[in-house]
Amino acid sequence: MSLTASFDVKQNVLIVRLSGELDHHESETLRSEWKKMMHKNNITHVILNLEDVSFMDSSGLGVVLGRYKEVLQLGGEMVVCSISAPVYRLFDMSGMFKIVRLEENEEHALSALGVAS
Amino acid sequence: MKNEMYVEFSSISENEAFARVTIGSFVAQLDPTMDELTEIKTVVSEAVTNAIIHGYNNEPGHLVSITCTLDDDAVELTIKDEGIGISNVDEARQPLYTSKPELERSGMGFTIIENFMDNLEIISLPDNGTTVYMKKQLSKKTVSK
Ligand SMILES: Nc1ncnc2c1ncn2[C@@H]1O[C@H](COP(=O)(O)OP(=O)(O)O)[C@@H](O)[C@H]1O
Ligand SMILES: [Mg+2]
Repeated sequence: MSLTASFDVKQNVLIVRLSGELDHHESETLRSEWKKMMHKNNITHVILNLEDVSFMDSSGLGVVLGRYKEVLQLGGEMVVCSISAPVYRLFDMSGMFKIVRLEENEEHALSALGVAS
Repeated sequence: MKNEMYVEFSSISENEAFARVTIGSFVAQLDPTMDELTEIKTVVSEAVTNAIIHGYNNEPGHLVSITCTLDDDAVELTIKDEGIGISNVDEARQPLYTSKPELERSGMGFTIIENFMDNLEIISLPDNGTTVYMKKQLSKKTVSK
């Protein structure tokens, strides 16, 4: 099972929806697509929807951390939403929730960023 | 009863998913919980990825091997490469330590393995490859006791 990524822009927010397994092999394509979407659109914040991610390891964390650093430089915030139990554990163990905000779903994430959905 | 398998494959990133799925189906016969299965797949992914990107510097022409032993309700995994090895294992085990920050590595691989498994041993010498040995006792035994 591979990874699919879809992107959506709402005002100054880039929504990234992932589905499948995010490991080192999948991380390289995701990184370049995600970076391209951030630079092509005039965005400040990122919402990462992990609802359909069935597997993630530390290579996936690396990609998320890399984009977090870029969002920070844009003066924005990264919000993660719809996270599954196993991915939640991975994020929690790695201290990710100290830096990224967690919301229940995309709608909550958007309103947390002041965007009406 | 003891049950053992051995698999060896090329050092290419496509095989990271192959390795997790293969070990996952072998371990499935012990009837692990969903959490335990995820933990085992995750540590296989971590160690195999390390062999490919660190051990072999992302060069495709090498081999990574996995031995998996099921002994009652314990899972033992030995993941091996013949790559560059690790000069300072204690440093490598530190959370957030990575020798390849330019590849956006998180440096959390060994920390995750330590959290998900009961034992982790890293046997490595510079230019002499790396052997990662891990063991996990599945919960079934303790529950039925
Ligand atoms: N098989 C290996 N061969 C050589 N070096 C390794 C191997 N596995 C791990 N290392 C070293 O240990 C460090 C920490 O590994 P890890 O915790 O998985 O973090 P990351 O993979 O994100 O760098 C690596 O950056 C690398 O220097
Ligand atoms: Mg690693």
